[in-house]
Amino acid sequence: MSELLELAGVTKSFPGVKALQEAQFSLRAGEVHALLGENGAGKSTMIKIVSGVYRPDAGRILVNGQAVQFNNPHEAKSHGVATIYQELSLYPELTVAENIFLGHCPRTRFGLIDWAETHRRAREILESLEIHDMDVTRKVGSMTVGNRQRVEIAKALSQNAKILIMDEPTASLSEADVQRLFEIVRLLRERGVGIIYISHRMEEVFELADRVTVLRDGQYVGTRHVSDVNEAELIQMMVGRTIDQLFPKLDAEIGQPVLEVRDLVRPPLTRGVSFTLRAGEIVGMAGLVGSGRSEVAQVIFGINPPVRGEILIDGKPVHIRNPGEAMKKGIAYVPEDRGSQGLVRAMNVRQNMSLAVLRALARANFIDDKREFSLAREMIERLNIKAYSTEQIVNKLSGGNQQKIVIGKWLAAKPRVLIMDEPTRGIDVGAKAEIHRLMSTLAQQGMAILMISSELPEVLGMSDRVLVMREGRIAAEFPRAQATQEVIASAMMSQTGAAS
Amino acid sequence: MTSVTVNQSNNGSTKRSAGLVRKIVSSQEFILFVSLIALILTVGSINGNYLRPNNLISILQGNAFAAVAALGMCLVIISGNIDISVGSVVGVLAVISGNVVIAGVPFWIAWLVPIVLGALVGALIGFLVAYLRIPSIVVTLGLASIIKGGLILVTSGREISGMPAEFMISQFRPLGIPMPIYFMIVLTIIMAIIMRYTAFGRSIYAVGGNADAARLSGINDRRVVLQVFIINGIFVGIAALLFATQLQIIRATVPANFELLVITAAVVGGVSILGGVGTVVGATLAAILLNAINSSLVFVGISPYWMRAFQGILILVTVLADLLRRRRQGIGL
Repeated sequence: MSELLELAGVTKSFPGVKALQEAQFSLRAGEVHALLGENGAGKSTMIKIVSGVYRPDAGRILVNGQAVQFNNPHEAKSHGVATIYQELSLYPELTVAENIFLGHCPRTRFGLIDWAETHRRAREILESLEIHDMDVTRKVGSMTVGNRQRVEIAKALSQNAKILIMDEPTASLSEADVQRLFEIVRLLRERGVGIIYISHRMEEVFELADRVTVLRDGQYVGTRHVSDVNEAELIQMMVGRTIDQLFPKLDAEIGQPVLEVRDLVRPPLTRGVSFTLRAGEIVGMAGLVGSGRSEVAQVIFGINPPVRGEILIDGKPVHIRNPGEAMKKGIAYVPEDRGSQGLVRAMNVRQNMSLAVLRALARANFIDDKREFSLAREMIERLNIKAYSTEQIVNKLSGGNQQKIVIGKWLAAKPRVLIMDEPTRGIDVGAKAEIHRLMSTLAQQGMAILMISSELPEVLGMSDRVLVMREGRIAAEFPRAQATQEVIASAMMSQTGAAS
Repeated sequence: MTSVTVNQSNNGSTKRSAGLVRKIVSSQEFILFVSLIALILTVGSINGNYLRPNNLISILQGNAFAAVAALGMCLVIISGNIDISVGSVVGVLAVISGNVVIAGVPFWIAWLVPIVLGALVGALIGFLVAYLRIPSIVVTLGLASIIKGGLILVTSGREISGMPAEFMISQFRPLGIPMPIYFMIVLTIIMAIIMRYTAFGRSIYAVGGNADAARLSGINDRRVVLQVFIINGIFVGIAALLFATQLQIIRATVPANFELLVITAAVVGGVSILGGVGTVVGATLAAILLNAINSSLVFVGISPYWMRAFQGILILVTVLADLLRRRRQGIGL
């Protein structure tokens, strides 16, 4: 078989991160090639390079043996690369046929759109995918996710796609739709289309793929024939790294339960979550993107209050309807996205630091300037924030320092329960270690910490206990001694992984 | 995110005071103040009459009621909203208060009527914007249209006159200075203090700067927006009272382009149209400056029709400068 697509030595950096280093990949005609890796392993970066969204810093891309350079997605398309993203990119107000032929509708000789021909050819393409039950004049917005995805595939074919990238195509499909999708994928493979298939679900990889390539931390780990590997080997390839000594988790005395949640439900992504958090304890929460980790945090913090279930603080049931009430109960939440949810970027360090305790700092609504300044100075010193003054606008600070400000804002509120969502994502190694040290110290002082993290080494290094979420529920729980990358990764990804 | 290298200075105090001076000199308020003085002196050197006390007072007085409305507008824009119904609401409240006093209601009640009604209108706008999540530009555009139509239907375009002298608060001159100037100065000071020193003021900046972050920090962002519109309504009511009592007649039309003047004052005064940034002192200075420009055109013999164009240029240039500054700092857009 000839190589349809070949990537060699492809490297891509973003400020502060090497997203992809010397990666390689190859795709043959008539092959389904799965791309595996943890969150942040570099899969998205790789497909964005193949589809022309990013330009690699170094490396070669060959299509049919010819070196190519894609300056934009359009150029990739003209070389036969089509991508079906997780969030579908159709226009809901346009019909099926319009979506399929958007930008390249058949024309009449007067230059007008030939609707009869457009509809006929749309039907033809759908028929070729064994889709016989779709009305091509229907608006896409009123259709199910499964049907929309089929339209998306038809659109790719209408552009003569030879290389089809599917990014987690089954993430939001029902079981029946998944089966139909598999049939279509097999059909395309028979026709000689090369398919890059990204999925977190092991069972799909084994059911569908011919080969599988594993990436880890932006680096190429290896490519295997699916028939030559088993699930355990793949997981080993995905996570197999040694935990470095970045995580100075200190022993803390674990006390009484502070926060208990029982059967918490808030559709669609919180489907019955129960766990307990004790004083002095750091509980890590692992799970894939979309498994419902952040959503649980938002339910507890009152951003999206639960529709069912109980939250107990010190054993007493509490009702939390908004973040203000959660704060009064001693809960703090350091959100995942510090830029859009954590900081007011036009404000300075001092003003951000006091935001959660404005009322407490004010007498008769007048903010006590002295206390505000000393709070800001205290936090700058305590968290080692590198700002030249309390009056510096936070937007100019580095990611690590911004994250410290968000943490400082919550420490000012003296919480008993601290929920941290991806506390060290995208910040440099030094600041990361400082934040880990701080978390340890806080736990020693009796704070209960729930740490949501997509980095398994961080979860393993920091946690007294590890909860694993999958599809809106706690799928597994491991005490520190039993938590290994393999058992956690396997619980994250497979239904059978809950056994510890 | 690139990491920023920051110099940790030990000689902080000298640096801080130098920084303070630079901060003041580069502030919008300072620029406006210097521009105002420069304009007055320049025009004064061309035509000495411009510097006569009466003219200086009229420069302060001319836009005083607009400056009062601009104070409310500042809060609205800083909170991340806009109110383009100001002109219509001022028009209708002025007519109502005039009619009320002519109907024999005591003058001080007639003073309170536009203020209370203004607060109610503000509460309605605030409710629609904060709790029903309708964009404020839509709410206030609709409201303006309803009022403009209704005003003409109700009054059939007649003027109101014959108000009692004790009602005409804008014409009072304690210590020889017209009442609207006192209103403008006192209210500006009160609002400046609220915005700078209170938790409420800080919450407005936070909500306008990043509503999600404010909410996650326990600030009730909806209530803050509601309160902002109520306060704005009170200021609009006061502006209506000052407008109603400045002449012997109340014209039953909306003051032309009043909202443009008010928004221009707020924006030229340094309030960012994207919310979260700005002060009220700048808006008042801008309102005065706009009137000073207007009257100076007469003194140096330029057609006042240029004023409109000039006002438009000024607002575009200021917004552009604000956007460029934001882009440089990487905040918003």
